[in-house]
Amino acid sequence: MNYLSIHKSFLIATGVLLLALAVAWPGGQLRAEFGDVVINNYSDEAGMRPVIFPHWFHRIRYRCKVCHGDLGFKFEAGGNDINMLKIIDGEFCGACHNGEIAWAVENCDVCHSARPGTPTQVHESTLQKLIAPVDGAQGSKE
Amino acid sequence: MNSSHFRPWLPVCILAVLLMGVTQWAASAEGKNPNAFNRLMTPMSERNPPPAEDGIHDPENFGTELLQHPRESFSNLPKSPSGNNVNWTKALENGDIAPRYHRDDDEATPIVMDLNIVREVKGSMPNVVYPHKQHTEWLDCSNCHPAIFIPQKGANQISMAQILLGEACGICHGKVAFPVSECRRCHSQSK
Repeated sequence: MNYLSIHKSFLIATGVLLLALAVAWPGGQLRAEFGDVVINNYSDEAGMRPVIFPHWFHRIRYRCKVCHGDLGFKFEAGGNDINMLKIIDGEFCGACHNGEIAWAVENCDVCHSARPGTPTQVHESTLQKLIAPVDGAQGSKE
Repeated sequence: MNSSHFRPWLPVCILAVLLMGVTQWAASAEGKNPNAFNRLMTPMSERNPPPAEDGIHDPENFGTELLQHPRESFSNLPKSPSGNNVNWTKALENGDIAPRYHRDDDEATPIVMDLNIVREVKGSMPNVVYPHKQHTEWLDCSNCHPAIFIPQKGANQISMAQILLGEACGICHGKVAFPVSECRRCHSQSK
């Protein structure tokens, strides 16, 4: 047996392993962060991925009052009629995502990061769980 | 070490054993064991997954790779059994996080009101103690008053059904704040 065949057996076994992992990996589960808001008011129609707003990331840096008081975000997923023009004009997300306080709008796909077709929702909310049972289409946990 | 010490079958055997383990694991992941513990619960090891694996972020999207992993972010924060598995109130109290109270002013401090409202509840559950203190750390009075809660004793009828449906306390609790499964955090005053 020489190095080449050792190398080959490793390669094959690793390949089989990876394949087994790929098959075994639990796919299609929805288990993103509690409070992640998906906004898909216009994105799908415009050929962009829907937006995911991570509440957890923002609440570490800002208190609720900043967005929900000062910036006028209503407590409703998809209820704020946000569009890119408003953001560029400094409204809603654009109050901070302006290249001064936080990175600016040229980083499209950091926000527009959801799987295409993901509906507007507050992810993992109690209401979502009540409407979609655990073995339902929305939150399938098999 | 020279090449004569290599036993080519050894790595293959090790990998085969590994493969068997993986297959078994895969079988249990597929729900082959009908009597598995906590069948419908997400195990601890799968909570707070990285964005690319969370099921709603698109792993094909370049920007997804740039996003912070929640597990890494939460590693030093106090734990909680539900929601993000983080006790945000305690994190703020401990100073583990220092969220701004103004968009671009690190120095701005919240106007905190220390007033508990006791709500006597029907049935056998302990009364609800609503602490303004913890809420005004995060929120402005106008976030709740008067649109969601009329600032007057006895003026707000609240039921658990309403909360579950995302009204009253449920506008935040069960969406971004701890959900109703943590009964005792609100129902805390014994009768």
